[in-house]
Amino acid sequence: MKIVVLVKQVPDTEWERKLEPATGLLDRLTGENVADEINERALEVALRYKDSHKGTEVVVLSMGPASTTKALRKALSMGADSAVHILDDALAGADVGWTAEVLAAALKDSSFDLVIAGNESTDGRGGVVPAMVAEHLGLPFLGSLNSAEISEQSVSGERRGEVGTLTAHASLPAVVSVTERSAEARFANFKGIMMAKRKPLATVSLRDLGVDPAALAGTGRSVVMTASQRPARTAGKKIIDEGNAGIELAEFLVAGRLI
Amino acid sequence: MSNVLVFIEISSTGKISNTAPALLAAAAKLGTPVAVVATAPGAGAGLTDELGALGAARIYVGESDAVGTLLVSPQLEALSAAAAALEPAAVLVSNSVDGREVAARLAVRTRGGLIADAVDVRSDDGKIIATHSAFGGAYTVESTVEAGLPILTIRQGAIEDQASPAAPEVTTVSLAVDAHNSAVIDEVNDPVVDSERPELRGAAKVVSGGRGLGSKEKFVLVEQLADALGAAVGASRAAVDAGYVPQTSQVGQTGVTVSPQLYVALGISGAIQHRAGMQTAKTIVAINKDADAPIFDVADFGIVGDVFTVVPQLIDAIEARAN
Ligand SMILES: Cc1cc2nc3c(=O)[nH]c(=O)nc-3n(C[C@H](O)[C@H](O)[C@H](O)COP(=O)(O)OP(=O)(O)OC[C@H]3O[C@@H](n4cnc5c(N)ncnc54)[C@H](O)[C@@H]3O)c2cc1C
Ligand SMILES: Nc1ncnc2c1ncn2[C@@H]1O[C@H](COP(=O)(O)O)[C@@H](O)[C@H]1O
Repeated sequence: MKIVVLVKQVPDTEWERKLEPATGLLDRLTGENVADEINERALEVALRYKDSHKGTEVVVLSMGPASTTKALRKALSMGADSAVHILDDALAGADVGWTAEVLAAALKDSSFDLVIAGNESTDGRGGVVPAMVAEHLGLPFLGSLNSAEISEQSVSGERRGEVGTLTAHASLPAVVSVTERSAEARFANFKGIMMAKRKPLATVSLRDLGVDPAALAGTGRSVVMTASQRPARTAGKKIIDEGNAGIELAEFLVAGRLI
Repeated sequence: MSNVLVFIEISSTGKISNTAPALLAAAAKLGTPVAVVATAPGAGAGLTDELGALGAARIYVGESDAVGTLLVSPQLEALSAAAAALEPAAVLVSNSVDGREVAARLAVRTRGGLIADAVDVRSDDGKIIATHSAFGGAYTVESTVEAGLPILTIRQGAIEDQASPAAPEVTTVSLAVDAHNSAVIDEVNDPVVDSERPELRGAAKVVSGGRGLGSKEKFVLVEQLADALGAAVGASRAAVDAGYVPQTSQVGQTGVTVSPQLYVALGISGAIQHRAGMQTAKTIVAINKDADAPIFDVADFGIVGDVFTVVPQLIDAIEARAN
């Protein structure tokens, strides 16, 4: 079985994230960039299958700027076998549509059985790329899985809904996405980190993928027009409870017409 | 005026989703709202009056036996058929689990441009412009689509308007759904009882609890205060992870974004990822034992104290006032 995990490098959510005021694009250069937590979970789902099924190959695939290799090395150190990095200047400012088209082009001839993605990235919060990839490839898509069970022929699991959940399955090859209720990711150990240095990490361009940048430009694309920063919130009144704080809070709420 | 398609989600019990009013209102700002639904054959007729009351000028019903068995595919086919037939100026879809997938796949099919998670929309000289609230409201961003059909997912609870009622004209078509490239639904596990409490998304007041509540049993305190205030119940990821509440209650970066008049955080440290989901609330109240908890940095009224002593006193005070 060959499993491809889609990994996106994002600004660490632990820190204040910034948009460039001139372009409204994400500032991917300053601050810490990491593999999105949800993608570590997606990788964990693949690695657990690999742990119990010898001969499983796990490839991580990412499209992003040069620094993306860091996220890919992290994935390799956790246990992925190889990595593919799509890097091309023509992709600066790519939206979800372009991203999906390019990821699909990279997947098209890679004879995978299963693609596992995160249900939503923490920077864009689009939650659309995996379904778009599936549509490009003409494959079933089983999104937002809280749990994923992989077998030779199919993938199944509990899918998050708006009010409840449902269980569903799809035959392979298929594309799935997982939620943060899915597998908690393992830590990379020292051996993994050392081994990752020798694992293959291929860098491919649009030309390598046979994607014509001019053709991409013909696809509808969302573009940012303006971005403005809101002033940060400031702290208000803070009291220490000396036995009366509940009553003081009630008074505060009354004064603010909140009760 | 040009057609603006609105994807209407129907629950497993046949109810129109509560996202429909906002979507139809947003569509009315851009053109003529056309409600698109996928139903089992014959099941669409009962929806006409309600969708008309919500402002649908036209209803496009796609009928298929696969509704309820094939995951999202019949809905996608209905929307695709409507998009091919009605030359829409835009397509609006809820930013829900199903909605996103339908929007995503439609965008690929039509080579349209996808705008995700808009909190508002407007039309400027025929150009559709979406507003976003990025990074927990730290930025307001406007975006548009460069070429192709604009397809927008709209954040739930973000738009409160309602369109004026219409007497819709209904078109019903039969859909061909390809089972081959679709996931299959095995079982639907929606909760049977709807809670009396307001829904988290779009609620005017929210009371959230965190790991500080300590257990599922003790989390009841959060619910008691919520009920005393007429508020919705929210939670931190740690509280969800610990099983105190279902995942749908999670507020934050990877949970629901709320922007209520009042947000009360109980036993929540206020990690940046939690704040990303609530810091645009009008008034924030926090109760936490730890005077250094970061939640106090964004609280209008902070109490350094034990939720198990402060909250019961607060509930008593609210109830005393009510009587
Ligand atoms: C990618 C990513 C996404 C994330 N998304 C989210 C998200 O969407 N939502 C979210 O909430 N978190 C999210 N997190 C997790 C976040 O970083 C925190 O771990 C989480 O918010 C902590 O929850 P908490 O405040 O309930 O728990 P803790 O941080 O453990 O805080 C518990 C608090 O309760 C207080 N307390 C204990 N007992 C009492 C008492 N009796 N009375 C009063 N106070 C008491 C303590 O002082 C403490 O401050 C995310 C993290 C990552 C990496
Ligand atoms: N540039 C990218 N490279 C690789 N995978 C991506 C990329 N963008 C999105 N994805 C995948 O799609 C998921 C959802 O992303 P999004 O639709 O942007 O919210 C992510 O968690 C990844 O698995």
